[in-house]
Amino acid sequence: MSKGTAIGVETLHMTKRFGDFTALDDVSIKITPGSFHALLGENGAGKSTLVKCMMGFYQPTSGQMLINDREAEIRNPRDAHASGLGMVYQHFTLVPSLTAAENLVIARENAPAVIDWRKEREGLQAFLKTMPFSVALDQPVNRLAAGEKQKLELLKQLYLGRHFLILDEPTSVLTPSEADELLGMVRDLTQAGALTCLMITHKFREVTAFADVVSVLRRGAHVGGGKVSELSHDDMAAMMIGDKTLTRSADRSGEKGEAVLTLDGISASDRSGLKTIEVESLRVSAGEVVGIAGVSGNGQMELMEVLTGQRPVSRGRVNVKSEAFHGTRRQARDLKVRFLPEEPLQNASAGRMSVAENLAFRTFDLKKNGGLNGKSTRTWLDRAGMSRLAVELVDAFKVKTASIESPIASLSGGNVQRAVLARELSDEVDLLIIANPCFGLDFSAVAEIRARIMAARNAGAAVLLISEDLDEILELSDRVLVMSEGRIAYETPIATLDVGELGRHMAGHA
Amino acid sequence: MGEGDLGLWAVLVAMIGGAIRVSTPFIFVSLGECLTERSGRINLGLEGTLVFGAMSGYAVAYETNSAWIGVLAAALAGTVFGLFHGWVCKLPRVNDIAIGIALMLLGMGLAFFFGKPYIQPVAPDLPAIPLGFWSSSPQVEAALRVNVLFVVGIALAFLIAWLFRSTRIGLVIRVVGDSSDAARAMGISVDRVRLLATAAGGALAGIGGAYLSLYYPGSWNEGISSGQGLMAVALVIFARWNPVNCIWAALLFGAAGALGPALQSIGISKGYYLSYAAPYVLTLILLIATSSTTRAVRGAPGELSITK
Repeated sequence: MSKGTAIGVETLHMTKRFGDFTALDDVSIKITPGSFHALLGENGAGKSTLVKCMMGFYQPTSGQMLINDREAEIRNPRDAHASGLGMVYQHFTLVPSLTAAENLVIARENAPAVIDWRKEREGLQAFLKTMPFSVALDQPVNRLAAGEKQKLELLKQLYLGRHFLILDEPTSVLTPSEADELLGMVRDLTQAGALTCLMITHKFREVTAFADVVSVLRRGAHVGGGKVSELSHDDMAAMMIGDKTLTRSADRSGEKGEAVLTLDGISASDRSGLKTIEVESLRVSAGEVVGIAGVSGNGQMELMEVLTGQRPVSRGRVNVKSEAFHGTRRQARDLKVRFLPEEPLQNASAGRMSVAENLAFRTFDLKKNGGLNGKSTRTWLDRAGMSRLAVELVDAFKVKTASIESPIASLSGGNVQRAVLARELSDEVDLLIIANPCFGLDFSAVAEIRARIMAARNAGAAVLLISEDLDEILELSDRVLVMSEGRIAYETPIATLDVGELGRHMAGHA
Repeated sequence: MGEGDLGLWAVLVAMIGGAIRVSTPFIFVSLGECLTERSGRINLGLEGTLVFGAMSGYAVAYETNSAWIGVLAAALAGTVFGLFHGWVCKLPRVNDIAIGIALMLLGMGLAFFFGKPYIQPVAPDLPAIPLGFWSSSPQVEAALRVNVLFVVGIALAFLIAWLFRSTRIGLVIRVVGDSSDAARAMGISVDRVRLLATAAGGALAGIGGAYLSLYYPGSWNEGISSGQGLMAVALVIFARWNPVNCIWAALLFGAAGALGPALQSIGISKGYYLSYAAPYVLTLILLIATSSTTRAVRGAPGELSITK
């Protein structure tokens, strides 16, 4: 099935309007067969709308599409699939509890009513032999690592005989090495003429390392592009963000102080209950950022849960300023500890409550004159005070919202993150614990949020940054730790850091 | 053989026999619930379906003088209940648990209403296979009289397990139960699969009810069910949504249910009500013992509203 030939796709003057809003404005892009084409653009630039029109999820308001130079009408995703177009989404579309083999077979249009597993397995093995990479067929998908899942998504598309693939930020959940491996495979397939690929991405590095051609969208319009070999990062950035200036991370200042967070001999079970998380010793001092790098699923999230008091420890203690910390509201307030979990809409906000209410979560039950550290709590809410606080914070942190009474779930990802940051950083902070703060955010939001984190550090906070984005770790940290298989496998100051060495520890090969 | 020996043996034999007799409705209801839950929907109405199945099975068996036609009628009634549940749940902003509770009460109410004239008459029983023919002991013979439906239930459990593993229908049910997004991306109609899975689950619960009225205890009255339909929900969780495990879970519950009568048969009637409560106590103990505060239930379908 892999031996098919790559398909070329071209959009001609494609426009899509949602009411008054023009999401896609007269976009003509030609993707030649066997090319690896990158589609760059900030969040909301119209990349998703474009590919959704191509895949038949949306009908373009005007314009048309050519497949292999012939006009094609794609009314729904099924038409797109029949024409050999497939898409790998940012989130996984595999069924978690089914095995890889089951996922592949059931995805087939003509899956047999009674499945002869011996025959299917032989077929799958034969198919895998023609592929440059392989996955474990008998593991349930929820036991696969993110990189494996993404490979399986790719395999699934190829198995289904699709020769034009749209990859929607395929590496956002992968580590750098997993990403390189995956994209390398895609490039090999395109070079062999088996596949044409259109990849949506934010990451310039991936574009220069793997893509042949790039097209850039800004505010729904095709603003430029060309051969990747002829463009620099600066050219692409200029096209992508226009003439906006970006907030740069503030410079480092201030001295490293006393240890604020200390972990000693922590042991806890992981989410599956089968493995343990063991952290012998971890110290974070005032005025430094300690970055914890690692491939997703190596115990970082469990460590976060231990720190927030959500996961019981079987051994050891978490100390904040030499007081045993249990993650209660009172303690977090007294010791000035702030948490910023990943996916803040789910983990740090109540989606249907208003922005103002969400911003007041830390302070709504405190009496004003008692101050933040006051012991006196209030019974009746001070609605006016909450609104005042919200207006102040929304302003200071540039949260874009229709009104402070809008539900926080109606905000974009970057603005939810800004709102949560505003809530957590608005007062004195002694210890800040953050996980993947910039996941899925666009360019300018990322820069601004990182600058806020640096500012907190420079103001003397101890910062523990758990992130799967290595660039982020390298940009912000003073000291880098690697977590692998539930343990701290490596530690190095940023000054003497060697990325190759770090990568080896992340991969668990050192 | 001493007196005490015989007593202990009698309890054991009676419990095995009781386990087989009492577990049969559990097997059917839990398989039905398992099928429905694997499609990502929970049907708490199976208790009502079971009672209505018991009534309609008994009534039709009496009218036609055939126990098997009665079973068929019960299955049909169960299907109608399942279809109704599935259809209502398709409507927007409807909660499957609330609908289930409503249907449970409706099913019981309807069964009592239509079943009034059938409390007195005697309907034909379902046939049993005398597997204890080799024994001279009447207790052993009685214990090993195995109803055909018990055998059917066990075969059905393996059939459903095979269905989940090796057929398109089975995989589709699992896909729908685990990720409705993935199912939609594949072009599967999530609501239709759930509708049919709920209907099939209802049919099985109906058969479970027919067993109650047509074999053991073997008559129709308003107290015929002792919550089998509700306990099946707990049983399915305990069986980790695995149809073959449902057999073991059902047998365990059956044995617990047979404890009271077995003790009584050798003359121990102290703590009579307590030993009759054994299955309920067991439900509680098992659910607490197998629960965990730190990890989600393994094997739970991802779309199930109680585990989400």
